[in-house]
Amino acid sequence: MSGAAFDPTAPLTPSGNLRRRRLFSRLAECGATAAALLAVAVLAIVIYTVVVRGASALSLDFLIQGAPTGIGPELVGTAVIVGIATAIAMPIGVLVALFLTEFAGNRAARLIRLTLDLMNGLPSIIIGLFVFGLLVNHRKQSGLAAAVALAIIEVPLIARGSQEVLLLVPGSLREAADALGVSRWRAVLGIVLPSALGGIVTATVLSVARAAGETAPLIFATSVFDPGHYSLNPLEALPNVPVRVFQLSEEANPSGFAEAWGLSLLLISFILFASLGARGLLARSRRKMAS
Amino acid sequence: MSTVASPPLDARRAAHAGSGKRRKQADRIGNRVLYGACLLAALICAVTIALIAYQVVHGAAPAISKYGLGFLTDTTWQPNFGEFGAGSLIFGTAVSSLFALLLGAPIAIAIGLYLSLLAPAGVRGVVAPLVEMLAAIPSVILGFWGILVLAPFAHETLEPWLHDTLGFIPIFGPPETTGSSIFTASLILTIMVVPIVASISRDLFQAVPRDLQDGASALGATRWEVVRGVVLPSTASGVVAASLLGLGRALGEAIAVAQVIGAGSEIQASLFKTGDTLAARIANQFPGALTEMHKASLFYLGAILLVIGLASNLVAQWIGRRFGYRGAAAR
Repeated sequence: MSGAAFDPTAPLTPSGNLRRRRLFSRLAECGATAAALLAVAVLAIVIYTVVVRGASALSLDFLIQGAPTGIGPELVGTAVIVGIATAIAMPIGVLVALFLTEFAGNRAARLIRLTLDLMNGLPSIIIGLFVFGLLVNHRKQSGLAAAVALAIIEVPLIARGSQEVLLLVPGSLREAADALGVSRWRAVLGIVLPSALGGIVTATVLSVARAAGETAPLIFATSVFDPGHYSLNPLEALPNVPVRVFQLSEEANPSGFAEAWGLSLLLISFILFASLGARGLLARSRRKMAS
Repeated sequence: MSTVASPPLDARRAAHAGSGKRRKQADRIGNRVLYGACLLAALICAVTIALIAYQVVHGAAPAISKYGLGFLTDTTWQPNFGEFGAGSLIFGTAVSSLFALLLGAPIAIAIGLYLSLLAPAGVRGVVAPLVEMLAAIPSVILGFWGILVLAPFAHETLEPWLHDTLGFIPIFGPPETTGSSIFTASLILTIMVVPIVASISRDLFQAVPRDLQDGASALGATRWEVVRGVVLPSTASGVVAASLLGLGRALGEAIAVAQVIGAGSEIQASLFKTGDTLAARIANQFPGALTEMHKASLFYLGAILLVIGLASNLVAQWIGRRFGYRGAAAR
């Protein structure tokens, strides 16, 4: 552009190098947008397939009968397993979060955070091997073993999520409690914990959504079951949704596929609604805390 | 403290002092109990990790003492003859995960850029949760979908096309008889890796100071040049850490891979052949493993996976911490 005489009437459009740079930038923007669209499209395709193929399987009999007509026992079994797992994981997770925010010194906190991250990053199949070695080997499969495995998956999620909201509790609340001579444990249980409750519930619901679909550990802990009968006893193998889907998907049997699609639809809608609801709750409690 | 003044002053004082003492005692106990419970919970977590490592190594002990480190390179896996080696599985794990990361990381980073810098606020509020939803789909459902929808599509459309256009590269060999292949497994893993890397890198990009970006724009940089010159360099270590976390996820995924990879036992150049990974082999064979050595060998695979998984996680954390950005490791 240097050298050429300045022409005041020339239109103000880029030329030469600038035009190339602008074009490249525009292309990059399109690429990024396309990547986002691709991800959303994949999600849409997966959910669409599951909904369309699963919906035709759904009926009242399908929901409450045992195999071969329905999937009632699996639904109940998964609810029992996940319920026990959450009952184990929630107190531990919340207490760990409290330890991190209220009690731990710098070094201890770093160590615990590392432990939680490692737990979170563990492949779930390893947790399955662990539970097999600890609770199933030389004994028999049980819903309880499955619940322990899922609890190990849930604890770091609950602890992380709770810790984040506990950190948001304003320091002035704690100081006010101190100034009134309120003892530590009363302040924590009566003031800090209640004001973080929304976030803790959110974290728990998210962890339940994650645990409900976890399959790998259950293969070790509760995979030999009778899908035809309801069972509530956590000391024996319980029928459950993820393992059943896995088993049906490994058999090349069209009616089994229909059942698996139905199961997938129920599982995926539970998970999506739970996590969407939890997110909504979190956004609300964050706003409340911020104001 | 009550405002109802009825008993005489002394009595009130005495009662107050008594309740205060009792209360102090209760508080001391309460403080200790709460602290103890919290400490106990934290210890449980630490002990669990140690126990997991112990159980896995303990279960693998017979195989470790029989095969030693040669297990890692031996490629025979014949349960009927009692011969086990992890070579082909380590190969399958590495290839499928690396291919997934190679495919997924650029897409995920692009999504992160879109969500943090390009998207209007309204669109961002919709797209960001949707991308995270992708991570919430259970792996067993994704794998099932993979068998019935993705594998046929890959087999009938993608693989022939890749073979025709890029067939001169040996990894794109002729398509096989079914869609179960390392390639399909990699695609499924890509779907799992993308949301993880995307949401971490979005947070990273959002944390880049606005001033720096505005400064670059004021100097005449285009949007891409701002990204290239300011955003990416200042977050590079975090993005690497995020990718490593994604890699860790891909390495450890068992169920979905077991469903679509086809459980082959040979090392083959073509991505379109069947293969198997460490985690998938455990998931596929453990329920049917009859001999102790077979089980121990599967535990050995688990031990290898544990070491790789912990290593990739620790390295990700180390990079995140060492090179500045802490949030990446926090996830």
